[in-house]
Amino acid sequence: MVEQIAAMVVHGEAWTVKDLFVLPNEYVYWSIQIVMYPYMTGLVAGAFVLSSLYHVFGVEKLKQIARFALVFSFALLPVAMLPLLLHLTQPLRGIHVLMTPHFTSAISAFGIVFMTYACIVAAEIWFVYRTFIVASVVRLSAKDNRTVYQRLLLQIYRVISLGAMDVSKEAVESDHKAVKFLAGLGIPVACFLHGYAGFIFGSVKANALWMTPLMPVIFIFSAVVSGIALCIVSYYVFMEIRKRAAKGGWNFFLPETIGHDRAEFSYEELNSMQDHEVKMTSKYLLIFMTLALTLEVLDMIFRGYTAVKSWDALRQVIYVHDFTQIFIMQGLLGNVIPFILLLLPRITVRRAVSASLLVLLGVFMMRWNVVIGGQAFSLTFNGFMHYSLPIIPNSIETFKEGLMGALLVVISPFVIFYFLNMVFPAFMEDKSATH
Amino acid sequence: MMKRRDFIKQTAVFVTGAALSSSALVMLDPKELLAQRPELRWGFLVDTHKCVGCGFCVKACKIENDIPIEANVTRTWVERYVLKKNGEVLADSPKAALNGFTSELIDQNASGLKEVDADEIAQAFFVPKLCNQCETPACVQVCPVGATYQTADGIVLIDRKWCIGCGYCVMGCPYGVRFFHPVEHVADKCNFCYHRISQGGNTACAQACPFGARKIGNLRDPNDPVAKTVLRDRVGVLRDEYGTKPQVFYLGLSKEVH
Ligand code: SF4
Ligand code: SF4
Repeated sequence: MVEQIAAMVVHGEAWTVKDLFVLPNEYVYWSIQIVMYPYMTGLVAGAFVLSSLYHVFGVEKLKQIARFALVFSFALLPVAMLPLLLHLTQPLRGIHVLMTPHFTSAISAFGIVFMTYACIVAAEIWFVYRTFIVASVVRLSAKDNRTVYQRLLLQIYRVISLGAMDVSKEAVESDHKAVKFLAGLGIPVACFLHGYAGFIFGSVKANALWMTPLMPVIFIFSAVVSGIALCIVSYYVFMEIRKRAAKGGWNFFLPETIGHDRAEFSYEELNSMQDHEVKMTSKYLLIFMTLALTLEVLDMIFRGYTAVKSWDALRQVIYVHDFTQIFIMQGLLGNVIPFILLLLPRITVRRAVSASLLVLLGVFMMRWNVVIGGQAFSLTFNGFMHYSLPIIPNSIETFKEGLMGALLVVISPFVIFYFLNMVFPAFMEDKSATH
Repeated sequence: MMKRRDFIKQTAVFVTGAALSSSALVMLDPKELLAQRPELRWGFLVDTHKCVGCGFCVKACKIENDIPIEANVTRTWVERYVLKKNGEVLADSPKAALNGFTSELIDQNASGLKEVDADEIAQAFFVPKLCNQCETPACVQVCPVGATYQTADGIVLIDRKWCIGCGYCVMGCPYGVRFFHPVEHVADKCNFCYHRISQGGNTACAQACPFGARKIGNLRDPNDPVAKTVLRDRVGVLRDEYGTKPQVFYLGLSKEVH
């Protein structure tokens, strides 16, 4: 009997608590991974937009962080797919989306949009790093006693150089043009990628909270906000590590050292670089935050003002059930406090980073409140569903769609970045400016 | 060594060529392939006046369609509505009414069982629910792989071998009729017992209903009892504001029922 029940786990039952009148088949079907999905896509898109600020609009002050943001956005890319995959009850069939895309569905073209975007980012990185790749191939092949790493690196560089070894002035010039073009093209595509994620929710007409044409736009701006915030935080953290590494001589964290046999920057140089970039970027964060906030408030006011049939249930969710998540976590901690922190004069690195951390929390809570909050009320409008995040997994399902699965998604980009950074040093000083 | 410029040129030629040749593959619309059926469109009639909430239909459906009896998901269910004199509306569907409504207490899930004084009740009734086999089904629209599709005779089916289990259709259906099959782990829902009706049989629920509250019929056949009722009586449908054009018609629908 026990086994029989165990074999019959209803998807969603493990984490859904129903209250009042809820239909028999209603559960929180879209759980933490669907929160992670727009969050991660948003980070990818936002990081890319940040890097484009320099490449396209020539915001010279963002030069350092732009390069980092580009490589980091590439590291985040594969992870944007992961939550969707983990969420499927048939993950092995995920490829069907590419085999038989059904174009009336908002998810179907995701694979195509996503891949187009991936190609653009990959191509941009290639053009940005081409001279570096060629230089590395030349330098490493000239060496007689190569370490294992250097031998491996040489092989990698040989392959990814794609045989294009021309570093003449005109060739480098056209590289720069290509970078500028790709970065420019990337902005609308990044916005599309993420607006699209918003559309996936906004087009569900059965869901009173999701269905609004504002959804894609709100998603785009909060994406840029979260992407910039993450870049600030990770840039800060990585620079801290690099500063320590430069002092202590831990070459493992200084990838360019592996190639060059010596550290490229001193502690002081790194420090001033970090200071400058973090402060500069936080200005842009503030601008995009204002835009994102305006839209979200507009959406809320509009719903309250028009007060259609679903508003009674929505109001109940917003003001009673999810009050803490919406007003305390998302509103106060995630928006108001960081906004003030960034607005106050004489910004310091630490303040900018703390504000960015709070912004990351705020955007995460916004995704949470959209995805989980959107399922907090029943289709009957007379009942509610509470989602309790599975913390300790006791089955594959509670692993995939629980805290552990979410952590897996969060950690992956950093692991990927660690290795990617060895091939494409994201903190390299660019002597030949990219434009 | 290949010049960089040449490389780019060749890549461009290759990509264009590949794109052109793949565009020669014409997209086939399954609808065009399937013969249209002007003579058949399945519809369903629920007479709420006749339903007593015994739940025989739910049990019959679960057995017929291999939905584990004890699992808390179902292809069809019955709702009970209790309208109080003070205007308050209470509704429930304990275990989807699998065992019928055996208690007067209203099941409010986490809020427990609610007792209602018989004197306070203005009226009470039962409403059976099932997939509406919508004319413009939201579930078909949102399925990213086309695993949910509509047949020419109007039934919406799910391809169990192709569904990836994204749950978009579950979210997209405004009636909450979809769920994940606890054993197959793919989306599932009522299909009017397609395997039976296409062989000339009756649906399991309609057959099990001792009071004739459920009826399947062909809306295109003027002599069909269901078609006649839909045509001549005042029937209602659920949630027509979603534009899904549901094909399950209700006699005696009340405004409290969505
Ligand atoms: S009732 Fe729901 S599942 Fe059935 S056809 Fe309509 S939208 Fe699809
Ligand atoms: S769960 Fe299956 S049937 Fe439903 S939308 Fe996803 S792939 Fe289609």
